[in-house]
Amino acid sequence: MMRREAGWYALLLPAFLLLSVFYVTPILQVLAISFLEPSPGFSNYERIGTNLSVQRVIITTLRICSITTVLALLLGYALSYTITLASERARRWWLLCVLVPLWISVLVRAFAWVTLLRRQGLINQTLQGAGVISEPLELVWNEFGIIVGMVHYMVPYAVLPMLASMREIEPRLLAAARGMGASRGQVFARVFLPLSMPGVVAAGVLVFIFSLGFYITPAILGGGKTLMVAEWISLQILDLIRWGLGTMMATLLVVTILVTLAVFSRVVNMRRLFGGA
Amino acid sequence: MEGGYSPGRFGRALGWATALYLVLPLFIILPVSMTDQRFLSLPHEGLSLRHYAALFASGEWFASIAQSFWIACASTILAVSAGTLFAIAAWRINRRATELLRALMLLPLIVPSIVYAIGLYRYFGWWDLLDRFAGVVIAHGVTGIPYVVITVSTALASFDVRLEQAARGMGASLRQVLAWVILPRIMPGIVSGAIFAFIHSWDELVIVLFIASRDVFTLPRRIWDGINENQDPIMAAVAMLLIVFTTLLLVVDLAVRRRRDG
Repeated sequence: MMRREAGWYALLLPAFLLLSVFYVTPILQVLAISFLEPSPGFSNYERIGTNLSVQRVIITTLRICSITTVLALLLGYALSYTITLASERARRWWLLCVLVPLWISVLVRAFAWVTLLRRQGLINQTLQGAGVISEPLELVWNEFGIIVGMVHYMVPYAVLPMLASMREIEPRLLAAARGMGASRGQVFARVFLPLSMPGVVAAGVLVFIFSLGFYITPAILGGGKTLMVAEWISLQILDLIRWGLGTMMATLLVVTILVTLAVFSRVVNMRRLFGGA
Repeated sequence: MEGGYSPGRFGRALGWATALYLVLPLFIILPVSMTDQRFLSLPHEGLSLRHYAALFASGEWFASIAQSFWIACASTILAVSAGTLFAIAAWRINRRATELLRALMLLPLIVPSIVYAIGLYRYFGWWDLLDRFAGVVIAHGVTGIPYVVITVSTALASFDVRLEQAARGMGASLRQVLAWVILPRIMPGIVSGAIFAFIHSWDELVIVLFIASRDVFTLPRRIWDGINENQDPIMAAVAMLLIVFTTLLLVVDLAVRRRRDG
């Protein structure tokens, strides 16, 4: 039996080697640099307490990610709820509305938002043409634009885990509650909502950790004025050549994400989430 | 869910609004790409295809599209071969250790690409892989493995282990079992994984921003420069082509899945 299994173990090797050599090593190197450059020790990490730019980017990132998570959960919940209660035929179309945006290039989506939101963009032109506003609204290249784009990106990720948990809810429970005299609002608040909570928590964790390291959407829709962690890291490395600070922030980012995941590992199942898509 | 229970008016309205919010910005690109103006706007007097013509006539855009395509093909092959073998072996061995390895395989989905990108920037400098076709293929291939591992594992979950054991019992070698028993049964999972790995590489920008500069200039990289620099409607034409292309791939994926389920 042992000799037979050896063959199977060999099949694990290509992926394992590729990942160790070309994925894990470069990332471990990032962790190492954060302690070694410019001088060995914790000097980079001490900046978290002293450097205003570091503190500001952390606070901005946490604020934007929290707002994004709340909005994505709210919109995603309404969408999943509608999909769950839709008929079999309609559900296929609803799912397409979630899956197509999920896989469309993030650049294309950011581009679409810029086209819509900028000063001479479609929304401002339409509103001005209709005489609703006289001056164009500042809809992009600020925090508002970032959040619009990020929520748009994150809603599908919020929908998938919530949908999975909502579909496990026994529909006859809802009908029974209705039959026993509960109002529609009561059925939702006392039966549906509590039963769907595991999905909401999973979606919340997922959206939050994905938002933390987001680069392209904030960079395009923020216009360089509102910096989030990922863009700040890139600035440190490419423009200011401050490897120590950049890798310190990268390490902080990874540790935050892994700790969050570990805490919630019982509710978030990444494999099931992506496999069920 | 058929059970005589339907959502309330508020829930339904918010659901519809969310779906429109997701889809409408993508649809707006179509009229913009057919504008008769020289800048990004809705068509004023008539529809025009000249921005598509300009796109196909432009050597720069075409070169980037071709480069992205070949990189995506090569990295998909890398991800699919490594990921499929891994998923099969992990499924067959099914020990605690392989569960741990499987979690390791999912890391590229969890760790933000900016962290990986800055790591590679320095690391590939040593390997002399910066701004090389091979470097980008390796980076995209490795980060594409998780998609394949997930879809193939899902396909394997419904596969009866005893079939494999019976084939081995009757004297088939490992190679024969793989080629004649396992692979044909999980083909839809492999195709799905390949499609996702391909889209992953085709769209990837963050890593490319760090490890490529002149010789390797992929399509996302060119779009990125375009968004930051100009208002050329050619961008809308590119965006529209990408939307159509991705949607087509997804439709293929759905068809493959339906055949597997049906």
